[in-house]
Formats: sequence, structure tokens, C-alpha cells
Amino acid sequence: MKTAALKTVDRRDGKLAMAHFYVAFIALALGGLAGLLQTLVRSGKFELPAGIGYYQILTVHGVVLGLVLTTFFIMGFQLAAVSKTSGTLTNRQRLIGWIGFWLMTAGTLMAAAMILLNKASVLYTFYAPLQAHALFYIGLTLVIVGSWLDGAAIIMAYARWRKANPGKPSPLLTFMSLVNTILWIVATIGVASTVLIQLLPWSLGLVDRVDVLVSRTLFWYFGHPLVYFWLLPAYMAWYVVIPKVIGGKIFSDSLARMSFILFLLFSIPVGFHHQLTEPGIDPAWKFLQVILTFLVIIPSLMTAFSLFATFESYGRSKGATGLFGWVKVLPWEDARFTVPFIGMLSFIPAGAGGIINASHQLNQVVHNTIWITGHFHLTLATAVILTFFGITYWLVPHLTGRTLTKALNKLAIIQAVFWAVGMTFMSGAMHAAGLLGAPRRSSYSEYGGAAQAAEWIPYQVAQAIGGSILFLGIILMLYIFINLAFFAPKGEEEFPVGETSEKAEKTPMVFENWKLWLGITVLLILFAYTIPFIDMIENAPIGSKGYKLW
Amino acid sequence: MHIHKYEKIWLIFGLTTLLIFLSVLGVSAFYLGNQPPSCLATINPEKVDTTKPFNKPGLKKVKGKAWDYELVFVASAFNYNPGEIEVPKGAKVKVIATTKDVIHGFEVAGTNINMMLEPGFISEFETTFDKTGEFLIVCNEYCGAGHHMMTSKIKVVES
Amino acid sequence: MAQPGLQKKTSTKTEDTSSLKGTLISVFLVGLFLIITWVGVFYLFMDRF
Repeated sequence: MKTAALKTVDRRDGKLAMAHFYVAFIALALGGLAGLLQTLVRSGKFELPAGIGYYQILTVHGVVLGLVLTTFFIMGFQLAAVSKTSGTLTNRQRLIGWIGFWLMTAGTLMAAAMILLNKASVLYTFYAPLQAHALFYIGLTLVIVGSWLDGAAIIMAYARWRKANPGKPSPLLTFMSLVNTILWIVATIGVASTVLIQLLPWSLGLVDRVDVLVSRTLFWYFGHPLVYFWLLPAYMAWYVVIPKVIGGKIFSDSLARMSFILFLLFSIPVGFHHQLTEPGIDPAWKFLQVILTFLVIIPSLMTAFSLFATFESYGRSKGATGLFGWVKVLPWEDARFTVPFIGMLSFIPAGAGGIINASHQLNQVVHNTIWITGHFHLTLATAVILTFFGITYWLVPHLTGRTLTKALNKLAIIQAVFWAVGMTFMSGAMHAAGLLGAPRRSSYSEYGGAAQAAEWIPYQVAQAIGGSILFLGIILMLYIFINLAFFAPKGEEEFPVGETSEKAEKTPMVFENWKLWLGITVLLILFAYTIPFIDMIENAPIGSKGYKLW
Repeated sequence: MHIHKYEKIWLIFGLTTLLIFLSVLGVSAFYLGNQPPSCLATINPEKVDTTKPFNKPGLKKVKGKAWDYELVFVASAFNYNPGEIEVPKGAKVKVIATTKDVIHGFEVAGTNINMMLEPGFISEFETTFDKTGEFLIVCNEYCGAGHHMMTSKIKVVES
Repeated sequence: MAQPGLQKKTSTKTEDTSSLKGTLISVFLVGLFLIITWVGVFYLFMDRF
């Protein structure tokens, strides 16, 4: 199984991955600062200087962290993972990766310029008929197209490995990177369609009107698998890297592959659960997608079991006894384990909130309240990002030929503690205020002195406290990243890739049958979307002209 | 493929729980009528002011329908019309709303009235106002620079 | 669990090194948390108009 696995990632591939990480961490700095400012504004005790608008920095925050940081980090990580487990990229694959990187970077700069010039304060969801400058849409398109090229390099590397190793299951990390790449490509077709067919011609003045519901539906066809595109690389680390870090074994290679396939199948035909309270969609179709959404919970239930089982098996192999004796023997002083572990814990309330959000009419209790913001700051901004930080602590020094020193390791754990405390305040207060009705995506407002709005303000102060602690965490993280990239002592840092236990059964080849899985994916999408989509087009109202209301 | 006995127990437990959740939601939605707002009616967003019932926003008593009142709201950047309204306690009301420009939210804080208003569509939600008090209406979907100033109020008073 | 029939009684005392009892309890605690939060919000939904 380890035929082509190399000890270290090739320098040239490492450079490509690092290029992605530089952009990702610049995004973290900018987006984090924007986030801090938002929480301060919402506390009511601070106003933005120099005529900067709240919604402008909110757009920066969402675009730069939700789209830029994630996509760059994930593509960099996956390229490195594939290079490590399936062999160095060919020159052609690497070139395609570089073209992808530069397209993504150029697109990011274009979109960022438009946001900074206040020509695109449309938030990262850019719902029509708010109309941004055409260059904003072109920039986003380039980011997506660039990511497809990165994805192409991953697919080509996978295909080459399979050809060289007939009849063998691909290395687990390569397999997982491939699933996430396919998920991304299938999902981004939706957002690419609305941007290229609807929004871009409309913003250029080529067409007058846009169909708002179709655009939103295409966006959310993309928007939910987007969150799984963020989550799956974290799961890659949880399933494959963490077992090696703690010195244990992968609980089950087959089950890990199965859960990834289930994510591919069920994370796409579920976009309506973001549109539960909107007109123009029959509630029966909404409910159907709610059922499909519940199916995507299953692979996460499997993951929860696998992770606990990995930890317990390891603990017992070290002689731990009792029900929870294994908890004590885990390597808590190792940031590569502890930081992602905190992320895993946060996924428990994150998942609980997610089930509630997707629960059809229960969505009315929380829809577009700040509960939702609290929710995805647990999923993306804690579970996923702490895992990405945990990956950074070994991957960046591995690629730069440096080491994670004891001092940096300690700082990394402190960083995660800051994160956990800050997020408990911020996300906790967001969840609570959301249940009381406080809206998301809103600047500070007393709503004409309403009693209900006054109840929300203490929670907003708590969010600002949490946001400030989180910002300190971001500064720590940037300090660690810069050290690992440029200053840490030279040495060899391991790229931990877990192995399955010797007793494990052979991985069935059916998981590599892409005709089958892509076929089912497409069928499920057609099943969930065809009829409602035809309804939307047949019963469409007159389209909307563009508005610039910021 | 081998699955550990405990994992089977866990997955059966998880699946059963999800199935119960879905059954409760399904029965509540399809038999008790607690569907999320999903009105299919369309409207020309540029002619809202001259289209019934939006030409006369506010509370209106109706007869011969499954509800006693219709409460009509028109949203536009950055306000709701009416800006304040009284509703008698216990009234069975159909809230009907739409937008004249961009997407807005229509959330009556502390209640289940929470729906998207999208240009070209009418949004409706039926409920019984069974608690007195002042309920704040907020726009919960970003609509522009004045988004957070967009508000209205429903006073539920003893009838 | 691994050696059926042999020392059924005593095996409950000498702990099996491959036991996943802690895992089972842990995931059930997770499950319990999911149920409590869901029921809580469902109650809010029922209580509100």
C-alpha cells in the first residue's frame, strides 16, 4: 500500500503548497482584523473611522476567510498530501497547480480591490439584486477556475498512481483529497453558473434583469457542499494524521473511505435547507432535501465513533484501564494533537446546531439570526480552522525544512486555548442572542429603543470580548506561522501519515469506482433539484434590476 | 466490510434518533400544517403599490376564510409599511408581505414568524397571536447600508 | 468478547485491551447532547406563535 509513499514532500511541490499557505495566512490576518472590528462595532462602544462601512468590512471578513483562506489552505494541503502519499507531482501537474495558484491569486486581488473601493459591499453570498461591480464577479470566477486547475493536478496525480498500481486501492490521503476535489468541482458548477450566466452579464449591463430565486438556488446548490469542502480536509487530518501523531492506528480504512463517499453523495442535493423560509419553493421539496440533509449526518456519526475508538484503542494499548482511563494517556502536550482535538470537541455543539438548522420548520426559530453566525463559527471557525492550525504546525516546517520547537509547540497550545475561550464567549453569546431573535449581518442598532433589542446588547458585548480574545489568538497564530515559514531552526519535521492495523481487512476496491459514485451523485442531484428547478423557471416572476444600496 | 459491534449499536441508535426527528417534523408539517413559509404566488415588484392587497398595508379583518385577519406588510430599503401595528390577542392572522426592491428579511423577534422576502414573490405565514406584548420586526437579510435601521413593531393587545 | 465461551465470567473482570466501552459511552453522551438541544429548540418552536 505504501509503494510510492515518500519520506518527505518534494521541495518543488512544497513550494507550490507554501505559496497557497502564504495567501491563506495573509487572508487570516486581514479577515481576522475585519472580524475584530465587527464585534467591536456591534458592542455599540466603537465606531469605524474614515467612513469605512460596517458592511464593507463584513464583506471583507466573509470573502477573505470563507472563500480565500479556506480554498487556498485546502488546495495547498491537498497538493502536499497527494505529493506525499502518491509520489512527487509531474512537472506538468505542478505547472497546472501553479497556473491555478496564480489565477486564484489574481482573482482574489480583483475581488478585494472592488470591495476596498466600496464597489462590492454585497457580502460573501452576493445575493442579487444587490449588484456588485463586474470585476468582483470576474475575480470570484478566477478564484473558482484557479481552484479547478489545482483540482486537475490532484486528479491527474491520482490517475497516474492508479495506473502505476493496478488493482490496488489508492493511498488513503490521496483518495480523500480526490473525493474532496470532486465534491468541489461538482458543487462549484452551481456558483459558476449563476455568476457567469446570470450575474456577470447583468452587472456588465448586457442584460437588464436577473432571476433572483434561480440565482439563490444555484448559490445554495454550491453553498452547502462548500461547507463540506471545508470540513473534509479536517476529517482527513482526524482520520489519517491524528492516529499517527498519537502513535496509534487508523481505526478502519474502509469506514473512512465509506464516510467520504457518503459526504460526496449527500452533501450536494441539500441546498434547500438554506432556503427553508423562502417563497417560491414547494414545502414538500424542501422536506425532501431536509431528509437528504439528515442522511449526511450519518458519516459524521461514523466519524465520531472512529475517532473515539482510535483514542481508546491507543490508550488501552498503552495500558490504560477503566472506562475513560485512555483519556489520560493521550499526548496532551503535543500541539499537533491537542489543537485539532479542541476542534473535534467543538464539532459536537456545532453538529447539534446544524441538525436544528436543517430541521424544516424549526429553522424559523433560528433563520438568519445570529445563532447561524454562532453555528458556523463553531464548524468552520473552530473545528475546521483549529485543525488547519494543527496541520500547519507540522506541514509548514516539513515543507520549509524546519522544526516545530518546544517553545513554538507550547505557544501553539496557548493559541488554541485562547481560541477555545474566545469562541466560547463569542459563539455562545451568538447562539443565545440568536434564540432571542437578534439578527445576523447587522451593524449596531437599538431598533428605535425596542425592549427586545436592548436584551441583545449584553450578548453583543460578550461577542466583542470573545472577538478580542480570538484576535489575540490570530496574532499568536501569525507569529507561529511566520516562524515556521522563515525562522524556526532547520531540521526535519515528520509528515504524519497513519497506518491501518495489521489485523485490518483489505480495503474493497468498490470505493475507487468513480463511475458508480459520480453516477449516484448526479442522480441524487437530479432527483432533488430537477422538478423544483423547472417549477422556478416556469413560474418565474419578472426579473429584478440591479441595486447598489450601500 | 467489518463494522464493530458497538459501532453498529451507535449507528442504529443514531439512525433511529434521526428518523424520530424527521417523523416529528414531518407529522407537524404535513398533518398539523406547520410548514415553513413557502408561498408560491408571484407579483411584479415594480407594481407592488398598486397590487392588491399591498396597495393597503396594515391589518384587515376578513370573512369566510380560515383566518380572521390579514396583516399586510410592504418592505423596501430601508423600512416596512406599516411602521407599527396593533393586533388583538388571540387573532388568527395571515401575515402577507413582499418587497419592492432587494431581498429583505421579515422576522418578528421572539416568534416563529421568520421569512425571506424576495422581489417577485409574496411571502405568507399563518399564526395565532396568542401572547400579548410588543414584538419587534427586524430585517434579517442584508439589504444595504441602512439594513440595521429597518424595523417595525407589532403590539399584541388584549382584545 | 474476543474469546467466546472460554472464561465468560472472569473476562468481565480482567479488562479486554481491545474494549471500546469508553467509546460507546462517549458517543452516547454525544447523542444525548444532540437530542437535548434539538428537543429544546423544538420546545421553543411549539411555545412561540
